Amino acid sequence: MIKHLRSAADLDAPTATLILDTAGEMAALAGREVKKLPTLRGRTVVNLFYEDSTRTRISFEAAAKRLSADVINFSAKGSSVSKGESLKDTALTLQAMGADAVVIRHPASGAPHRLAAWVDGSVVNAGDGTHEHPTQALLDAYTMRSRLGRIDGLKVAIVGDVLHSRVARSNVLLLTTLGAQVTLVGPPTLIPVDIAAALSPATKVSYDLDSVLPDMDVVMMLRVQTERMQDSFFPSAREYSRRYGLDLARMRKLPEHAIVMHPGPMNRGMEITPEVADSSRSTIVEQVANGVSARMAVLYLLLGGKA
Amino acid sequence: MTSYLLRGVSVLGAESRDLAIVDGLISDKAPADAEIIDAAGLVALPGLVDLHTHLREPGREDAETVETGSRSAALGGYTAVFAMANTSPVADTAGVVEQVWRLGREAGLVDVQPIGAVTVGLAGKQLAELGAMATSAANVRIFSDDGHCVADPRLMRRALEYVKAFDGIIAQHAEEPRLTEGAQMHEGEVSTRLGLTGWPAVAEEAIIARDVLLAEHVGSRLHICHVSTAGSVEVLRQAKARGVRVTAEVTPHHLLLTDELAASYDPVYKVNPPLRTAADVEALRAALVEGVIDIVATDHAPHATEDKECEWAYARPGMVGLETALPVVLSVLGERWDLIAERMSRTPARIAGLTGHGTDLAVGQPANLTLVDPSARRVVDPSELASRSRNTPYAGTTLPGRIVATFLRGEPTVLDGKAVK
Repeated sequence: MIKHLRSAADLDAPTATLILDTAGEMAALAGREVKKLPTLRGRTVVNLFYEDSTRTRISFEAAAKRLSADVINFSAKGSSVSKGESLKDTALTLQAMGADAVVIRHPASGAPHRLAAWVDGSVVNAGDGTHEHPTQALLDAYTMRSRLGRIDGLKVAIVGDVLHSRVARSNVLLLTTLGAQVTLVGPPTLIPVDIAAALSPATKVSYDLDSVLPDMDVVMMLRVQTERMQDSFFPSAREYSRRYGLDLARMRKLPEHAIVMHPGPMNRGMEITPEVADSSRSTIVEQVANGVSARMAVLYLLLGGKA
Repeated sequence: MTSYLLRGVSVLGAESRDLAIVDGLISDKAPADAEIIDAAGLVALPGLVDLHTHLREPGREDAETVETGSRSAALGGYTAVFAMANTSPVADTAGVVEQVWRLGREAGLVDVQPIGAVTVGLAGKQLAELGAMATSAANVRIFSDDGHCVADPRLMRRALEYVKAFDGIIAQHAEEPRLTEGAQMHEGEVSTRLGLTGWPAVAEEAIIARDVLLAEHVGSRLHICHVSTAGSVEVLRQAKARGVRVTAEVTPHHLLLTDELAASYDPVYKVNPPLRTAADVEALRAALVEGVIDIVATDHAPHATEDKECEWAYARPGMVGLETALPVVLSVLGERWDLIAERMSRTPARIAGLTGHGTDLAVGQPANLTLVDPSARRVVDPSELASRSRNTPYAGTTLPGRIVATFLRGEPTVLDGKAVK
């Protein structure tokens, strides 16, 4: 098993499949009355969050607690970090406290890579800047597999602000590793340069959502921050949602079996309309539940549990 | 004053002979009491001249001082360095440039020539007192807001025109600031993969294109700092063919390293302009040989440990380079000694109007020279650097060539590879 999960590129197909299979076993646990395994008893998992992200933090916290690990939540606000402590000094502190795993959310891309050089424990990337969010990709893949029965051969459109999206990068890497065909869709200003060369040569790019939809098994909508307007990535929220938002009319262009995903939090009315978000094709709530199972699987396997 | 006899030295790779230094000058005959230096196997070059050095004093003496930077320069084979203006306070008045100049004289290891800021506080709003700096004891001729681009085209035009009165030259840090907001590394495949905001090549090329036109329009001299892209080379090639009075420099690191190194997220590889692609490196090497790029300049940029031992986005850009410049250039150009002397000594001295440096090692010329052992190989160890900072990108890299001795006006500043003081 790998030691750290810093990037979805750390996962080859067998390892990723093992994590998804393990997540399935963890999900079965959620149906039981006692939702707890003794596996990580006595182990310490630190949630080191430099950004506010309640949903990701509580997902990791629930995952670690269901495995009986001791959980320490370390948030940058109101801590030594707000007093100017460096990441290195924080890392050495966690190291001295005997952290077996550090789950890190950080606004700077690559912070988990730096952290891994300073601690002996496993490092799990819970979102770093505009780089990656590999456990989100795992829970998304798990959701696709649960709904559609496979990942190999699926056609997946990832739509929106790919440039600033750590979710998109991790998904492209993981889904390609598992045999899906990914198409990135968005205005040219929000598609990063050389994306196929950077992530996976098979990745396609389209600027026309309508032409892409009829062929897709999965459409994943990304959150688009309205502030991007100020930087001229697009003219207005209205024009954005007219060209790239998923409404009922567009959803009807999808094949009947296709699902609609969103990593949350959503901008209802911007990239997705409420009717679509709340439709039976939407997996948005499922994704949250699957997040706990996928993160349990990651912690379990990284910390030496046997599948 | 001690006289020296360099026995069996090879001047610029020519057949070995004896070279005497008497009264600070190259001489054809050594007196009987001359100190003899066995220079067999060593190559003599005119002392190197660096048009782009950050000495950090005043303001960041924890990262470098004029003295430690001078020692680093001497150990790298330099006899003159030009200290960039982005100190604290900024070198934008006669007072600050004279202070730096005086500190250089006191250190006495290389000639430290201050560069003056183009604009007050490097703010890009208002011209600094360029004339006062020119007529100060520091005799400033090169002006630069390095670290910042003189982005306002009208201000750039005025600066180019104004310094004609005293044969000054504007050294432009070519970076269109609106195209590089938040930029962390070269914009391309690697920045996309790493999720780091891109610094597009066009942000450099657009400013160079604009400024060669401005320099042509007003008939002024222009120097371009740290050229880093293949596209910039093409803009310069066309401008030079038209007769624009533009010169350009490239750093050793842009001749050797690529943006792939950022994949470690280790900020020791973070620099501005950023490391580019292998294709850019190839174009820069060819341009240096051809002369489209006139000189090598180090952009020696020392930083305190805490400014590099952190997240990539929070780290300061820059690399130390004085002690590794000649070995890197040797590894890139090979033992083309005359070309190396041209690009690292004669031409930089000529661009700066610096007399007494970059001259041939001929009888009667000032004895500013360095002796290199081209057969030596050295593994770069950051802890051995004389610079106060350790941010070298070459840690653990084996580089050819060892600087054995450096003489400044006939006085050794380095002997046996060690600084004399």
